[in-house]
Amino acid sequence: MDHRPQAWGRPRDDVYGPYDASYLQTSGPKTATQSPVVTGTSVIAIKFKDGVVMAADNLASYGSLARFTDVKRLRPFLSTSVVGFGGDVSDMQYLDRHLTELAIDEAYEHESSAAGTSGGAPGGQLNAANLHKYLSKLMYRRRNDFDPLWNQVLVAGFDGAGKPFLGSVDLRGTAFAAPSLASGFGAMLAQPIMRRHAATDADAAALSREQAVQIVRDCMKVLFYRDARSLDRYSLAVVTRDGVEISEDERLEQQSWAFAERVRGYGTQVV
Amino acid sequence: MFRNNYDNDSVTFSPQGRIFQVEYAAEAVKQGSVVVGIASKTHAVLVAIKRNAEELSSYQKKLFPIDEHVGIAIAGLTSDARVLSNFMKQQCLGHRLTYGRNIPVRTLVEMIGSKAQINTQHYGKRPYGVGLLVAGVDDHGPHLFEFQPSGMTEEMIAFAIGARSQMARTYLEKNVAKFADCDREELIRHGLRALKESLVQDRELTVDNTSVGVAGSVKADDGSVKVEPFKVYDGQDVAAWIESVADDKEGGASAGEGEGEGMEVDS
Amino acid sequence: MAAMFSQNPLMNGPNYSFNDAPRSNAPDGAREHRFDPYADNGGSTLAIAGADFTIMAGDTRLTSGYSINSRFHPKLFKIGGSTADQKDATLVLSVVGFAADGEALKERLDAICKMYRYRHGKPMSVKACAQRLSTILYQKRFFPYYVHAILGGLDEDGKGAVYSYDPVGSYEREQCRAGGAAASLIMPFLDNQVNFKNQYVPNSGEGHALQERERRPLTRAEVEMLVKDAFDGAVERHIEVGDGLQMMAITKDGIEEIVLPLKKD
Repeated sequence: MDHRPQAWGRPRDDVYGPYDASYLQTSGPKTATQSPVVTGTSVIAIKFKDGVVMAADNLASYGSLARFTDVKRLRPFLSTSVVGFGGDVSDMQYLDRHLTELAIDEAYEHESSAAGTSGGAPGGQLNAANLHKYLSKLMYRRRNDFDPLWNQVLVAGFDGAGKPFLGSVDLRGTAFAAPSLASGFGAMLAQPIMRRHAATDADAAALSREQAVQIVRDCMKVLFYRDARSLDRYSLAVVTRDGVEISEDERLEQQSWAFAERVRGYGTQVV
Repeated sequence: MFRNNYDNDSVTFSPQGRIFQVEYAAEAVKQGSVVVGIASKTHAVLVAIKRNAEELSSYQKKLFPIDEHVGIAIAGLTSDARVLSNFMKQQCLGHRLTYGRNIPVRTLVEMIGSKAQINTQHYGKRPYGVGLLVAGVDDHGPHLFEFQPSGMTEEMIAFAIGARSQMARTYLEKNVAKFADCDREELIRHGLRALKESLVQDRELTVDNTSVGVAGSVKADDGSVKVEPFKVYDGQDVAAWIESVADDKEGGASAGEGEGEGMEVDS
Repeated sequence: MAAMFSQNPLMNGPNYSFNDAPRSNAPDGAREHRFDPYADNGGSTLAIAGADFTIMAGDTRLTSGYSINSRFHPKLFKIGGSTADQKDATLVLSVVGFAADGEALKERLDAICKMYRYRHGKPMSVKACAQRLSTILYQKRFFPYYVHAILGGLDEDGKGAVYSYDPVGSYEREQCRAGGAAASLIMPFLDNQVNFKNQYVPNSGEGHALQERERRPLTRAEVEMLVKDAFDGAVERHIEVGDGLQMMAITKDGIEEIVLPLKKD
C-alpha cells in the first residue's frame, strides 16, 4: 500500500511507463517581440524650402516572401505632420492606432482652447517636433521594458518656430533630426544621394518642392534596383504649411535593368 | 437649537441641493487677501495684496511661478495652494518631458479642476480651501483662468478673488472693454487700480505689500511670437507702478474689513 | 541520487508520475530576450576646468555602425535654467555613448534641477548637482545608462569644476576629462598639455631627481586652442568623430556657446 494519497488511483510507471506531461507544458518564459516578423523596408525623406517630402514603398515582407503588396506605411498626423514606418508591420499598426487616439485627444484640446477669449489663433496643436519627442519617449519606454516596438520611424512636418522638421526614432528610442533621413537600406543607398542635394539645412532650404520630389523618386528607384525586399509601388507624402498630401499609388517609371547584366561579384558570376 | 445636519461631509447634499462643505471652502477663499488678474491680447497680469500677520512678521507670498509660461495667484489657505502649486509644477514638467512643449494653460487648469472635484465627491476628503487665478501664455496667446474649491474652472478676461474682491470686480467690469488692447504697463496699472478699490480706508499699496506677476506673448511684425516668461515682481521692482497709480483719486473704499476670524488664512 | 533510486521500482516500490501539472519553469515575469537594448552612437566629449571658467566640448556627429545618422546632434546640454531655452543655466552636462540613454539622463537631471530651483528659489550648485547625478546613475546600477557623463560648472569659489562619471555613478572632480569614442586618443594629450604630465624642467637632474614642470592654470584662450587641437586630432584618427565641434564656456557671466566645423569625412 502506498501511503501517499497523490499516488492512489494513478497509473504505475512500471506498468504504463512514466506519464508524458510535455504537452501540458505550454508556458516557457514570457516572450516579447524578439525579432520583427512582417516587415516594411526603407523609409526616406528630405526637407525642402517649404516642407518635407517622404516616401516608402507599399510592400510588407514576411522574411524573403513579398507577403503584402498594398500596405500603406506613411500616415498623416493632425493633417500637419507625416509619420513613416519601417520595420515590424504589426507594431506599425499598433502605433497607428495609438497616434489616432492621440490626434483625437489633441483635436478636442485644440477645439476647447480656440474657444477662449484670445480667439482661435492657428497653431497650438502638437507639431512634428512635439510628435517626434513623444514617439521617442514611447519607444524608449518600451525598450526599457524589454518589449520594443520594432520600428524605425520618420516624422516630418514643422517645428515650433514654423521651420520644416524631419526627425527619426528607432526601436531603442534613439532620436535625431537631419536635413535628410533614411531608414534601413535607405541609409546606405538613398542617404548619400539625398545628402548630395541637402547636406545642410541651408542647402535643403534652397530646394524647391519639385526638386525634392524628384530626388526622392530617384532614390526610390535606386532602392528598388538594389533592395531585394522592395517594391516598385510606393507612397509619396509632401508636407507643407498648407497641409499634407499623400499619394499612395505611385509607380516607378522608366525602369531600366540594363545595368543588371554588368553587376559582378554575386552568385555564380564571380568575375 | 437649529443645527445644520448637512455640512458634516462633502458627499451629502442638503435638501436644497447644496453641499455645505464646498460652500464653506469657498468662504475660505473670501478670507484670503485680494488678488486680481487681467488678460489682454498680449499679456496676462496678476496683482496681489500681501498680508503680514503682525508688524514684526514677513509678508505671505501670494504669487507663485509654476512654469516658465504659467503663474498663479492664491486666495485662501496657503498650504492648500502649495499642494496645488506642486501638482501643477509636476504636470508642467511632465508635459514638457513627453511633448517638448509648454503645457496648454487650459489643459493644466482642467487638471487641477478635476483634482479638486474629487475632494467634493469622496467621503472623508476635504475640498481645497483656496481659490486660484491662473495666468499664462500658450500658442493661443495669454489666458486667465479662475479656479474655485468646488473644482470649477473658467476662463476670464479679468477677475478678482479674495477679501473685498467685489470692489475690484466692479472696477474691472467698468473697464472691461479696454483690457483687450492694453499694453503691458497699462494692464498692470489697471490691475493695481482694481486692487486699490478693494483696500480698506487707511491702507494703501506699498512696495512691501504689493506683488505683480506678468506673462506675455507679443507677436512681432514678421509673425514670430516673442514669449515673455512669467515673472513675479516684488519690493522695489513694483515701486514705479505703484507710483504711477498713486495720483488716481481714491477708490470707493468703505468701512469694515471683510475678514473673518479663527481660520488660519494667508495673513 | 533520490531520482535514481525512485526510478527503481524493485528497490522502492512502484513509481508514479506526479509532475504532470502544467508549470512554468521561469520565474514570474521573466523574459527571454535577444533584443539588445544598447547601441553605441559614437562621438567624443571633453571638459577642462580653468581658474574662473570651465570649457566643455563635444563633436556633433551621431553614428550607428558605419552610418552617420545626423551631423548635428548635440552632446552638450545646459542644465537647470528656469526656462526651456536655458538662458539662465549655470551648469553643462555632456553625455556620450548611447544617445537615447544620454537624452533620458539629461532630461532627468534637468527636471531635478528645475524642481530644486522651484523649491529653493536658487539654482543648484555644481557640487550638489554632481552628487545627485551620481545617485541617478547608480539607481540604474543593474540596467545602467550607457553613457560617459561629464558635468561642468563653477564651484562656490568661482573656480572651474569638472565632474566625470562612469555609467553606474562613480564620480570624481577633475581638472580635465575626455569621454567617448576618442577618449583614449584625447586623454593622454590632455594629461600632457593640461596637467603637464611628463614635462620636466630642462637640466634639472637625472631620473627621479628630474624636476616636474610646475603646474599653472591655463588661460581661456589656451584651453580653447587645446580643445580644437584635441578634436582635430581625434577626427583624423577616429571615424566616429567629426562634423561639428560644439563648445560651451561657463563663466560667471553665463554660458557662451560656440559651434565650429570639423572635417565631415
